Amino acid sequence: MLTILVDGLAYGMLLFVLACGLSVTLGVMNFINLAHGAFAMAGGYVAVVLVNGYGVPFLLALPIAAIAAGLLGVVLEQTLYVHVYRRSHLDQVLFSIGLVFIAMAVVDYTQGSQQQFLHLPNFLKTRIDLGVVSLGTYRVLIICICGVLALALQAILTRTRFGARLRASVDDPVTARGLGINVNAIFAATFGVGSGLAGLGGALGAEILGLDPSFPLKFMVYFLIVVTAGGAAGMTGPFLAAILLGVADVAGKYYFPSVGAFIIYTLVIVLLVWRPNGLFAAASGR
Amino acid sequence: MNHQRVRQALAAPRRLRTTEFVFWLATIAAYVLLPERSLLLNETAILGLFALSLDLVLGIAGIVSLGHAAFFGLGAYTAGLVGKIGLTEPVLGLLVAGTAAGVLGFATSFLVLRGSDLTRLMVTLSVSLVMLELANRLTSLTGGADGLQGIVIGAVLGTFEFDMFGRVAVAYSLTVLFLAFLLARWLLHTPFGLAVRAIAANPLRSAAIGIPNNRRLVGIYTIAAVVAGLAGALLAQTTQFVSLDVLAFHRSAEVMLVLVIGGTGYLYGGLVGAVLFKLLQDQLSDLTPQYWQFWLGLIFVALVVVGRDRVFGAPQALWRRIRSAA
Repeated sequence: MLTILVDGLAYGMLLFVLACGLSVTLGVMNFINLAHGAFAMAGGYVAVVLVNGYGVPFLLALPIAAIAAGLLGVVLEQTLYVHVYRRSHLDQVLFSIGLVFIAMAVVDYTQGSQQQFLHLPNFLKTRIDLGVVSLGTYRVLIICICGVLALALQAILTRTRFGARLRASVDDPVTARGLGINVNAIFAATFGVGSGLAGLGGALGAEILGLDPSFPLKFMVYFLIVVTAGGAAGMTGPFLAAILLGVADVAGKYYFPSVGAFIIYTLVIVLLVWRPNGLFAAASGR
Repeated sequence: MNHQRVRQALAAPRRLRTTEFVFWLATIAAYVLLPERSLLLNETAILGLFALSLDLVLGIAGIVSLGHAAFFGLGAYTAGLVGKIGLTEPVLGLLVAGTAAGVLGFATSFLVLRGSDLTRLMVTLSVSLVMLELANRLTSLTGGADGLQGIVIGAVLGTFEFDMFGRVAVAYSLTVLFLAFLLARWLLHTPFGLAVRAIAANPLRSAAIGIPNNRRLVGIYTIAAVVAGLAGALLAQTTQFVSLDVLAFHRSAEVMLVLVIGGTGYLYGGLVGAVLFKLLQDQLSDLTPQYWQFWLGLIFVALVVVGRDRVFGAPQALWRRIRSAA
């Protein structure tokens, strides 16, 4: 029971780190980016190649994967995404699905279509015995890293000058521009950080989530759920939504294995019809 | 006087134009002249019908759907099961499949009435994923991952037996496509069709002039679901096999590309798009069979970044210039 809770918590935390970048682009900038999972996949594959191919330590591979995915994000944002921000939602959907298909084909071509397994260092394969419950070190590490990241993000968003500028750019881009804030640069930086976090999540979770070329499609729905259920108001909503989703998914798969992913999708439909603006969104009409 | 002119203006687009005659004559010509490409023609006709259905939802009613394969897949499985239990007459199977898809469309249409593009996208996607999961789990009924096998399909209307070259199959698919198209075209110019287009243009105003928005959207969504179900049924009957692939996400994405290539909102878009798409796929998969998806993605991205109006506007502008010069 407790083990499931911890596993679910780790899974949910991972989902949050993976999806929090999307909650800015999609939830806040209102850009339907279905290709977010591609950045996570990029991070995951960078980590796999580094750790398995070149023997780089796992903990060192994580930041490299994050930086690589972040750079990829910035480059794509500057070359392609900027043209699509103001287009119709249909265009955005087409564009990002196109990116997903390209990413899947490229990974398939270079890495093969089989699932990739990351060689974890030995100290992560042990379990910590706490008397009542024994926890996998790997899961504990995930919870720690993601928890720290979540707190740091919240602090950056609410306490720093960059966070204030981002919030201003989001609330009213025209006025923010008038005040001398470089809105485009802020968005580009945010996009980069979001992609980087997705890459980190992909690398960190490669072992739990399973890494193969269909990764962006498989988890697209989960990311979208986190963002739409969490709403666009700050980081708290998506965080709670991610944790809930993680625990519910792990518990569902454990207790009702025959029903499978069925519950999650049905819940999503019910939720979206019941609260189209998100589970934790304030009742204000935005 | 005014009354008369409004009547004429409304009736004008209803008349068949010469280009439309040319299009359907070309279709018949393709059937007669290309007997060795029957398989491709059949696939094109089915894809065209599916895209026509999406056009009713996306192009006419303005609902962005990422899960249209739900209806296609349900139609395919229903037609397959009908054939399996011994009702082998294809037209009967077609009608049952269309009805089943229509019921699902009616039931889920209430979910897409509210919310933004994003919520609609999520809801349609989730519905199709639920269907996929159902088909995957109900192995006794659908065969699960192995696919539905043992489908028996008899002669169309008891007289035209399917031959091994697919000639009858193509004629059958094209006939269904043509009839469905005529129906959709007629529908577009009825008061119902006009009302749906008004809602897509401006829901607030349409409600203000007394159009029951929700009921019209439920109607068009249900009709589109029926058409998608017919397309799925055609696939099941002409190939005598149904796999989970009919409900897969890439099918929903592909049909969207097909429609966008051909252009949304004028019904021929789906058909033109299907022809272009299949020709392209035929050529590109010869080149790199495994990585056809890469080219598909590249087309998506290029289309949007360059701008759909510019890509498809250029030939139109050229055509106008030729005509004005002549």
